[in-house]
Amino acid sequence: MKQSYLMVATNEKLTDNVCKMTLRGDTSGIERPGQFVNIAIDGLFLRRPISVCDVEGNILTIIYKVVGKGTEKMSLMKGGEILDILTGLGNGYFTDLSGDNPLLIGGGVGVPPMYKLCKDLISEGKKPTVILGFNTKSEIFYENEFKELGAQVLVTTVDGSYGIKGFVTDAVKQVENYTYVYTCGPEPMLKAVYNAITTSGQFSFEERMGCGFGACMGCSCKTKYGNKRICKDGPVLVKEEIIW
Amino acid sequence: MVNLAVDLCGVKLKNPVVPASGTFGFGYEFNDIYDINVLGAISIKGTTKDARFGNPTPRIAECTSGLINSIGLQNPGIDAVIEKEIPRLREVYRNPIISNISGFSIDEYVYCCEKINAVKDVDIIEVNISCPNVHNGGMSFGTLPENAEAVTKAVKKVTTKPVFIKLTPNVTDIVSIAKACEQGGADGISLINTSQGLRIDLNKKKPVIANKIGGFSGRAIFPIALKMVWQVYEAVKLPIMGIGGVATAEDVIEMMMAGATAVQVGAENLVNPYACSDIINSLPSVMEKYKINDLNDIIGVAHK
Repeated sequence: MKQSYLMVATNEKLTDNVCKMTLRGDTSGIERPGQFVNIAIDGLFLRRPISVCDVEGNILTIIYKVVGKGTEKMSLMKGGEILDILTGLGNGYFTDLSGDNPLLIGGGVGVPPMYKLCKDLISEGKKPTVILGFNTKSEIFYENEFKELGAQVLVTTVDGSYGIKGFVTDAVKQVENYTYVYTCGPEPMLKAVYNAITTSGQFSFEERMGCGFGACMGCSCKTKYGNKRICKDGPVLVKEEIIW
Repeated sequence: MVNLAVDLCGVKLKNPVVPASGTFGFGYEFNDIYDINVLGAISIKGTTKDARFGNPTPRIAECTSGLINSIGLQNPGIDAVIEKEIPRLREVYRNPIISNISGFSIDEYVYCCEKINAVKDVDIIEVNISCPNVHNGGMSFGTLPENAEAVTKAVKKVTTKPVFIKLTPNVTDIVSIAKACEQGGADGISLINTSQGLRIDLNKKKPVIANKIGGFSGRAIFPIALKMVWQVYEAVKLPIMGIGGVATAEDVIEMMMAGATAVQVGAENLVNPYACSDIINSLPSVMEKYKINDLNDIIGVAHK
């Protein structure tokens, strides 16, 4: 964990309620894809934990959904604003177990952490397939960005307005010979993925957090390997340890 | 040179700043971000006889200038704390350790205090009496003077280290509880624990926290804590550790002027992991600003 002050470079809407922010500053605290940052917001007591979408040099990219007061304030921030951010939180995804053909599955705001992961896997010479799940066409973001990385991309929409109709698990059926699974999304989706896949994998969980760095025990969960803090020992759990 | 050192029942603190139990884990993890040897002491995570997972999640709700938590005393149990956590903290930390003990019956408090009393590395025992008494309909030990006194007496019988009783503010008369602890032989008083609170999620039309009601802490409760420290200082002769909403060096000084000998920092650690270190760094200049040479000169000074 590292405390850094980063400057908002850009902040734009990707869809009706999903925004992308790029920030400039010290990103050296971020070690792995799947980690998150915790952002202090003026006037609010708790920081807001947001997953890392990408890090490139001193540019941090985050993608967040406007769901409450904190993210609403974030959506109104302008370039030049300085934010107090704790970076490099959580364990993140480990790419060494991926095999040659990893399958990445992101649902809704579970999509962003898949981006840096996909980029890292490709740079390691692996051939990832990415499934992006959304409710409807207007909610889709980052399909092209993943394609530009060179990944094979499948998009699902629950209402069938774009791509494969149904859930991410409907797309999983179309992917052959994947070697490992990385996923992030709402818990019902994670559970469905857990039941649908034939390999091992790493699952990123979400929980309401206090501190975000392991001090308060606010976001604990039970696993087969003992009690874990989602913020510090997670957010990524391996398939074998998950208790639903 | 200003003097920041204070004395708690013979235990020397190089400054009065102590991270509060439950907001600093077992301490050693904070050593990754700053040298925790700058701290006056550390009050480690509350410990019970057996390991506890605690309450269901969500356990956290944000409030204006604070948060509500309902962790439910998650901890690995007294044996693991003694065998693993305290030695691990000692590897990186040389200053006093305050071990915070919780229980759901007098027997459990006694069991844990007796065990922790035998640990050389523990300097002070802080007994959290805000827990529900399972033998008394779940009423907190800290809400009735006779129960507070009974716990104090029982743990004092099995301990030789200084015992601070940590009080809940959720009472009609904090003074009567503090007096009962003094009567029971307490060496000091820590106050306040969290104040009960509730938040409701407007979308879900349900309490935010799974356990519904939780403990409210953070900057918002500072005046409440200060007032209770003030009242208890007037009523008992014991040293006080002031706790509740402390976030700045000015808050530390204010708490000491109300009567605290040491000051614990709680919720602020969760939003600023450097909070204690920042406060300690700024204490000398803030002392100079208010013409304070020695912090010992201001303990309770506002009562004079």
